[in-house]
Amino acid sequence: MIWNEKIECASRDEMRAVQTERLKDTVKRIYHNVPSYRQKMQEAGLVPDNIQSVDDLSKLPFTLKTDLRDNYPFGMFTVPMSEIVRIHASSGTTGKPTVVGYTRKDLNSWSEVVTRSLCMAGVHREDMVQVAYGYGLFTGGLGLHYGCENLGASVIPISGGNTEKQLQLMEDFGTTVIACTPSYSLFLAEEMEAAGIKKENLKLRVGIFGAEPWTENMRKEIEAKLGVKAIDIYGLSEIIGPGVSCECEHQAGMHINEDHFIPEIIDPETLQPLPAGEIGELVFTTITKEGIPLIRYRTRDLTRLNYEKCACGRTLVRMEKCKGRSDDMLIIRGVNVFPSQIESVLLEMSETAPHYLLIVEREGNLDTLKLMVEVQEQFFSDEIRVLEALRKKITHKLQSTLGISVDVKLVEPKTIERTAGKAKRVIDNRKL
Amino acid sequence: MIIKQLTVFLENLTGRLNEVSQLLGNSGINISAMTLADTSEFGILRMIVSEPEKAASILKDSEFSASLTDVICLNSPNEPGALARALDILSGESVFIEYLYAYSMDNKSAYIVLKPDNIEKCIEVLQAHKLELVSASEMYKI
Repeated sequence: MIWNEKIECASRDEMRAVQTERLKDTVKRIYHNVPSYRQKMQEAGLVPDNIQSVDDLSKLPFTLKTDLRDNYPFGMFTVPMSEIVRIHASSGTTGKPTVVGYTRKDLNSWSEVVTRSLCMAGVHREDMVQVAYGYGLFTGGLGLHYGCENLGASVIPISGGNTEKQLQLMEDFGTTVIACTPSYSLFLAEEMEAAGIKKENLKLRVGIFGAEPWTENMRKEIEAKLGVKAIDIYGLSEIIGPGVSCECEHQAGMHINEDHFIPEIIDPETLQPLPAGEIGELVFTTITKEGIPLIRYRTRDLTRLNYEKCACGRTLVRMEKCKGRSDDMLIIRGVNVFPSQIESVLLEMSETAPHYLLIVEREGNLDTLKLMVEVQEQFFSDEIRVLEALRKKITHKLQSTLGISVDVKLVEPKTIERTAGKAKRVIDNRKL
Repeated sequence: MIIKQLTVFLENLTGRLNEVSQLLGNSGINISAMTLADTSEFGILRMIVSEPEKAASILKDSEFSASLTDVICLNSPNEPGALARALDILSGESVFIEYLYAYSMDNKSAYIVLKPDNIEKCIEVLQAHKLELVSASEMYKI
């Protein structure tokens, strides 16, 4: 079923007309309400009237994650706080999180795009959806939740973790749709096997997986082990959360809800727009958001766009699975981690040197993060308990900053390789 | 009375201990006592050596994390119950021991290297009970 056929199957001209009108309105609102972006436009010699159609989009300056940090927490909001009804946050590049706010209309738009995504995935109102994304500041849980309710499906808001309970409810309630990170779905499959639960005894038929990169091989494995059609959903909190784009049943690229978010692909070096079909960095302009609309937000995700009409009948442009990042962000168990966040934690602590090495592994189906950090010579102790206490302190600080557990290993000073150029901080041993 | 113990932080990597002993050996430094404390992640090597300052600087030059730690050494009779008596005295005076290691010199005496939480108080207590402490110069000579 196509939830909003009029727009999801609109002709390119119809879509451009909608985008043009909404873009012009968005630029005006931002120009008049966000001083930092107004300044960027002025520096580029632009006023809102210079933007007359979507073709003028590339004239506009970019918005970066650091702009959100520099205007932390609410400086990029374009409406007074009395209009904001929800706040979410995700990892920032350093100590401060990236904060976004939603008006009631934003929440409605979000539900709309998630509902469309669910329909693309083949979910309908008779389905029982187990939402195993985390509920809270992270957009995954609540984003899926309201989309499911809007569709009319039955939601089980179980949130992340608690695998035993997940399996119990799946069996007892007859869950038909599971929504979680792809790596967690494989973990669930393993636990199912260990508990002697056969996929034939479950009613699962669709999985909606996102928040981290995954491969076609993982898709095959998940589909075989859980007996579901594994659908990729994409989103980022800065743009809205999950539902920015989603695959349909043909699994041939994720349809971008482009009447809300205009995509562009740019060359991350030259920052020039690239023609359709070329791989580059994905950039979004939100054109319906009120709380925190963003113009030309650089996602740092590398992908390409396909404007051909899909076999499902939708004309919404499709993006391929992301091919990587144009920055050093890591996605560990669905959580965004920047090496710079770890560096700032270490710099805050006098006991450690900012020389560290991050090692990412996939053990079984779960990602693990190991941090090797040099202990400053003057803090080295002859007592084990002092060093163990230091290790615990670092572990705890990282856990509270990153939101995931890190295995900390203290190493001797000057043992982490120094390089002349850009330091090598990350070894990613995952085969993605 | 205070003895400088040479303490070295070691990752649990093969060959690091060899390197330490080679560096010291090549510089003519003798190790008279040593103990290696290990955790799953790292090890701490504690040694009594003939020239602690020199040894520490040699190791530091080779980028080891080495430091000197104040410890004391008790000369205890090498007989059953002697250690218990000494420890009773210390615990009775609320002196706590972070760690210790010991070795027998001969049939008559044993040396017990102690790292107490409060070294001045520990020395005071032991001396008040007429227990024999080994001098630093004697330790380094062994």
